[in-house]
Amino acid sequence: MKTFRIGGVHPAENKLSAGKAIETLALPKQAVFPLSQHIGAPATAIVKKGDVVKVGTKIAEAGGFVSAAIYSSVSGKVNKVDSVIDASGYRKPAIFIDVEGDEWEESIDRSTELVKECNLTPEEIVAKIKNAGVVGMGGACFPTHVKLTPPPGCKAECVIINAVECEPYLTADHRLMLEKADEILVGVQILMKAVKVDKAYIGIENNKPDAIKLMTEKAAQYKGIEIVPLKVKYPQGGEKQLIDAVIGRQVPAPPAIPINVGAVVQNVGTAYAVYEAVQKNKPLFERVVTVTGKSLKNPSNFLTRMGTPMSQLIEAAGGMPEDTGKVIGGGPMMGKALANTEVPICKGSSGVLLMNDKEASRAEAMPCIRCAKCVSACPMGLEPFLLATASAHGDWERVEKEMIMSCIECGSCQFTCPSRRPMLDYIRLGKGKVGAIIRARNAKK
Amino acid sequence: MDLILIAVISLGAIGLVAAVILYAASKKFAVYEDPRIAQVSEVLPQANCGGCGYPGCSGFAAACVKAGSLEGKLCPVGGQPTMEKVAAILGLEAAASEPKVAVVRCNGTCANRPKLTQYDGVRSCVVANSTYGGETGCTFGCLGCGDCVSACTFGAIKMNPETGLPEVDESKCTACGACAKACPRAIIEIRPKGKNNRRVYVQCVNKDKGAVARKACAAACIGCGKCVKVCPFEAITLENNLAYIDPAKCKSCRKCEMECPQNAIIAVNFPPRKAKPAEETAPKAEPVAPKAEPVTEQPKAETPAQEAPKAEA
Repeated sequence: MKTFRIGGVHPAENKLSAGKAIETLALPKQAVFPLSQHIGAPATAIVKKGDVVKVGTKIAEAGGFVSAAIYSSVSGKVNKVDSVIDASGYRKPAIFIDVEGDEWEESIDRSTELVKECNLTPEEIVAKIKNAGVVGMGGACFPTHVKLTPPPGCKAECVIINAVECEPYLTADHRLMLEKADEILVGVQILMKAVKVDKAYIGIENNKPDAIKLMTEKAAQYKGIEIVPLKVKYPQGGEKQLIDAVIGRQVPAPPAIPINVGAVVQNVGTAYAVYEAVQKNKPLFERVVTVTGKSLKNPSNFLTRMGTPMSQLIEAAGGMPEDTGKVIGGGPMMGKALANTEVPICKGSSGVLLMNDKEASRAEAMPCIRCAKCVSACPMGLEPFLLATASAHGDWERVEKEMIMSCIECGSCQFTCPSRRPMLDYIRLGKGKVGAIIRARNAKK
Repeated sequence: MDLILIAVISLGAIGLVAAVILYAASKKFAVYEDPRIAQVSEVLPQANCGGCGYPGCSGFAAACVKAGSLEGKLCPVGGQPTMEKVAAILGLEAAASEPKVAVVRCNGTCANRPKLTQYDGVRSCVVANSTYGGETGCTFGCLGCGDCVSACTFGAIKMNPETGLPEVDESKCTACGACAKACPRAIIEIRPKGKNNRRVYVQCVNKDKGAVARKACAAACIGCGKCVKVCPFEAITLENNLAYIDPAKCKSCRKCEMECPQNAIIAVNFPPRKAKPAEETAPKAEPVAPKAEPVTEQPKAETPAQEAPKAEA
């Protein structure tokens, strides 16, 4: 069975909510929409205090090409445009909307009927996706229309759909495939049309045999879509790892991107969002979020409107257990500990994980014993111990030379380290600094 | 016998040839180094702290000799006396400089600033700062991991375990600026020591709006602008909801300290105020007379700056 070639680790899967059907979460009392919930320029608010909005009303315009519009997920009145504490504890500008009723924009097709036919040209499709504010739903939130617009000199050869969900605990994509298989496949066909290719692969790890079976059956009805079962290995859901696993090509170091090897990678959730945006005129304002944790009473998958506070999801799943040590936004490997549970669900929120005290506590770091486990675990072929030490010493030239910018921050090094050294903390620091140095250098040119 | 003679002669010949080559080479490739560099280097404190902005004391000495003027050059460790010695060696005039000291502009003690979360990552301020906003509601204040303490080569900064904030030992601080550079939040500022070591400054760097700042920390500057109005010397500016006292204009009158509703402005090394019990009434009564003057001119410039944040709110 296929998988990527370099490195990788096997964290315990803990897919507690895999058997739970997607439930629709109740509307929040107030929805909060941070203006920066994607990679790129923040969106600019186009509503002001007192404006009345409906579900699906555009409330913020994209702030540039690499940016995305934001739509209201609720109907009601704009309370204020102010700042909100984001997942990292910093204040970011956001739009607050007080919910009144549930009135939708008339342009949205709310029927559940499957619309297979799409007669739009590739340009029209991309424009529609851009207008709907669709971004990568896997977590990185890269605006989808940018990925669908290959830079000059590059040509897409295939679309790869990321249905790997390699993060332990998370099951949102898994459930989406089981419940919305046809919609996803139509979405994939639209994506294929948008980048003018006739081949698409859907990579699914073999810990989801039901999803592989269902998707393989359904995919037979669609031209050019192939399901690729993959051997379970973290971080297979990384874009570059997935390309290697599925078509056996390796993306060169940055600034090269997947399109340089002819691949356009999209998350399975994004394919569904594309389907809804193009076929149903429904902008991106809700998503499936997994709420999970070993001590949680009722781990679930919720179809959640954006802007709902995470605390409401936790309540709906049985309330916060007493032994909660950390609340993580995202999965346990790449997610971030939340400073506050009032943080709203954004386009990239794939899950809320409640770790108990035991899981959450970090073991004390011991000296490096030069075992090189981190080197063999690194899926990018880097030397994490070296990057971490050089970053700790502030040797930015060295870490740049050692390709720190190739690091995908998957955390495999730290996970595998027998001395429990906090390597990723330092590497992230170094990556931030080197990134700033490179930007400054490019700006000078 | 022959063997010994041959050895002596041949080795002697090799030695002679080598000596000639070495002599020629030393003449041809000789590098002239100004002897004054060594002299200047000798009077420098050899702390190699980099506070002067040059790589170590020898780097600073070379720069002083080369420059031809001591304008803008200061060894923060040795201070004015050292610079005068350097000036004497070089036959130049030492630029006048003020003794400076590092001040910590955060008063977010455990009591003032309640902890909301707990950080268990690497004990390093730069890492913590790049990861998240900090353990308290204030995203501008001290993170308390002690990067400044480890940056200080003079042992002048210590972490106070009670407050969770760093404290500067004035007698040891040389104002080399290593701590200010190490602080990812630019909380530490190198300020003039002031007359008799007395100085007044805003002990906060929070740029949040008043209500947000006050909620996060009981000692936060809320940008109310009262100090701006009360200052008779136009030394205080208000930008982004944060007051800043310009040390060049401040005359240490301490009116702002009394006016500040948050006690965010502090005055150090002043003798205790007279008539302690009357402290409550004194500030109100005292400033009345001087207030009349500045009020007429100042608010024109200052009120817009102070009202702007309110409008946003």
